[in-house]
Amino acid sequence: MGMAALPAISMLPRPSFADVPATSAVNTTGLAVTDSEVTVGILHSVTGTMAISETGSVEAEKLAIEQINAAGGVLGRKIKFIQEDGASDWPTFAEKAKKLLVNDKCAAVMGCWTSASRKAVLPVFEQYNGMLYYPTFYEGLEQSKNVIYTGQEATQQIIAGLDWVNKTKGAKSFYLLGSDYIWPRTSNKIARKHIENHLQGCKVVGEEYFPLGSTQFNSVINKIKLTKPDVIYAIIVGGSNVAFYKQLKAAGIDLSKQTLLTISVTEDEIDGIGGENIAGAYACMKYFQSLDNANNKAFVPAFKKMWGEKTVIGDVTQAAYLGPWLWKLTVEKAQSFDIDKVAAASPGVEFKGAPEGYVRIHENHHLWSKTRVGRAKADGQYELIYETADLVEPDPFPKGYQ
Amino acid sequence: MFGDYSFSDLGAILAMQGFAGLILFSVYVLMALGLAIIFGQMGVINMAHGEFMILGAYVTWMTSNTVQHIAPWLFPGYFFIAMILAFIASGALGMLVEWALIRHLYKRPLDTLLATWGLSLILQQAYRSIFGAREVGVELPEWMMGSWQATDSIQIPINGMFVMALTILITIAVAYVLFWSSWGKQVRAVVQNRVMAGAVGINTEKVDRYTFALGCGIAGIAGSAFTMIGSTGPTAGQLYIVDTFLVVVFGGAASLFGTIASAFSISQTQSTLEFFLSGSMAKVITLLTIVAILMVRPQGLFALKVRK
Repeated sequence: MGMAALPAISMLPRPSFADVPATSAVNTTGLAVTDSEVTVGILHSVTGTMAISETGSVEAEKLAIEQINAAGGVLGRKIKFIQEDGASDWPTFAEKAKKLLVNDKCAAVMGCWTSASRKAVLPVFEQYNGMLYYPTFYEGLEQSKNVIYTGQEATQQIIAGLDWVNKTKGAKSFYLLGSDYIWPRTSNKIARKHIENHLQGCKVVGEEYFPLGSTQFNSVINKIKLTKPDVIYAIIVGGSNVAFYKQLKAAGIDLSKQTLLTISVTEDEIDGIGGENIAGAYACMKYFQSLDNANNKAFVPAFKKMWGEKTVIGDVTQAAYLGPWLWKLTVEKAQSFDIDKVAAASPGVEFKGAPEGYVRIHENHHLWSKTRVGRAKADGQYELIYETADLVEPDPFPKGYQ
Repeated sequence: MFGDYSFSDLGAILAMQGFAGLILFSVYVLMALGLAIIFGQMGVINMAHGEFMILGAYVTWMTSNTVQHIAPWLFPGYFFIAMILAFIASGALGMLVEWALIRHLYKRPLDTLLATWGLSLILQQAYRSIFGAREVGVELPEWMMGSWQATDSIQIPINGMFVMALTILITIAVAYVLFWSSWGKQVRAVVQNRVMAGAVGINTEKVDRYTFALGCGIAGIAGSAFTMIGSTGPTAGQLYIVDTFLVVVFGGAASLFGTIASAFSISQTQSTLEFFLSGSMAKVITLLTIVAILMVRPQGLFALKVRK
């Protein structure tokens, strides 16, 4: 679309779309909604440490917005986005969130990646009554009227994977590893409770944390060799991942013989690790780029067409893609852009075009979704090994796991 | 925790753990050598040291890609070419930075901290714009991965041994250059008394420039070597900077031998503690010990006696 064409469209006589409801009816709280446009915000880090991870989310959200606009927009209005940079700094996230809500009056914001950034913006969204679509799988223990969590919470991601590895691999002993911050620690806590209380005769033989960015794992690899666990359960993030898998391979631990289950390595991370270093490892999440369904077969080429043939699509990128679509569907269900009406209409909204298959918003603002196990291949893709038969219910405050 | 294991198992683990410590030691020395020259010899607090290392890593990545496309037969040995290129690239950038920035700040050492920190931010954003925000994976030739099977139960990572050999080589080279070549004598003369060195006819500006370039070049080689064990991304350099300063400061700035001794003691403490405690606790205890020792000996382990 040429830029010159835009003003011409907006100069068309107004009642060109008979079914476009009047702005006064769909926007009673002064959001940035006009007769032809609605403004949403995108709030991710495109500079700083987290840019590595958040870039994919920004790309997915822009793709979704473009597709929605091409399909006629939301309630007849084109989506216009304002992008702000959280710069990997949590106070900056809060400040930019406030700007998007107070100055720009965004009808919804797609954003955040780390739990720390979400925790920083949450009070802002609650105070100024905004709507946040948050894409990352995370530790749970949170629920807000103002947030829709499009990634999995911890129990969805962890329990099915542990059950699977216990049943199909006969795994009895687990070595838990993680980077030292809230998500790996909470997740491992849930994993430990599940292993010790719900799996027959299973035990945890070690649990260890490493400072973020740590690049030396030789000592723990020796300990793993000494304890010979059936499963290495790894929740290591960021640059540490690269060091961990390279050193694991260099130390002669063959992932085709030693079962390793991770919940933190998506296709994005494999790019940096190198497929040949992680081939054979299992990952448990809800989406893999290689999923074989009609939605995904349309999504992957569209993404690559927009962002380049070499880009890969990880779990969070897909979850970020769901955000704008779920918001559109909710707004259309509510027949209103008002935050309160959107929040109230959210439970039950289903998106049949999701690349992961099908998702539905739960009462608790998390998504019903399937959990899948994939095995990493040398080309950097996962091969689907297992998926739950039914959608897994999100349970952000799991009883007996805290 | 040792109840169920045979003696040979324990022996093997002990041997591998010993090697893990030695590998960590080599990594620390390699990280710190460049900074030991720049901070130790010149007194410049170079906060962009990590970014010079990452430049080396990116050069390695580009070399790997180029070689795979143009001359695949060269691939098994490309790493050596990459290290030389990394040295040249980082050294050249170092020379440029010295000329444009550092030389104006020799009289204000604390300002170099701010200036080089700014430089590190600029370099990070430059890497992000040029190479993309995502991490890149450096593909290694097959022979460098995997491990050497010493006995049935002892496996020593090959890339670890490679880093060790490289470290020994570079340390010897640096020691030779600094202590036995005439240029090294000039460097040390400038460090000890800049005015006097100038008075006896040493071109102090030139000495400064080449010293800084040498330090940066060695950082580039280190970054190139670390593609084997760590990640290569725009901000990966930040992972190394704290440890690097720790090693240099603890060893006593200005003393090459101190740097090596401090790398040895820190790495051994760290890897032994890591084995008995967890990774995070090991780091905490190591740092606390270093703080305690520095309180008693603020000049570090080995201090050069200089008349002020």
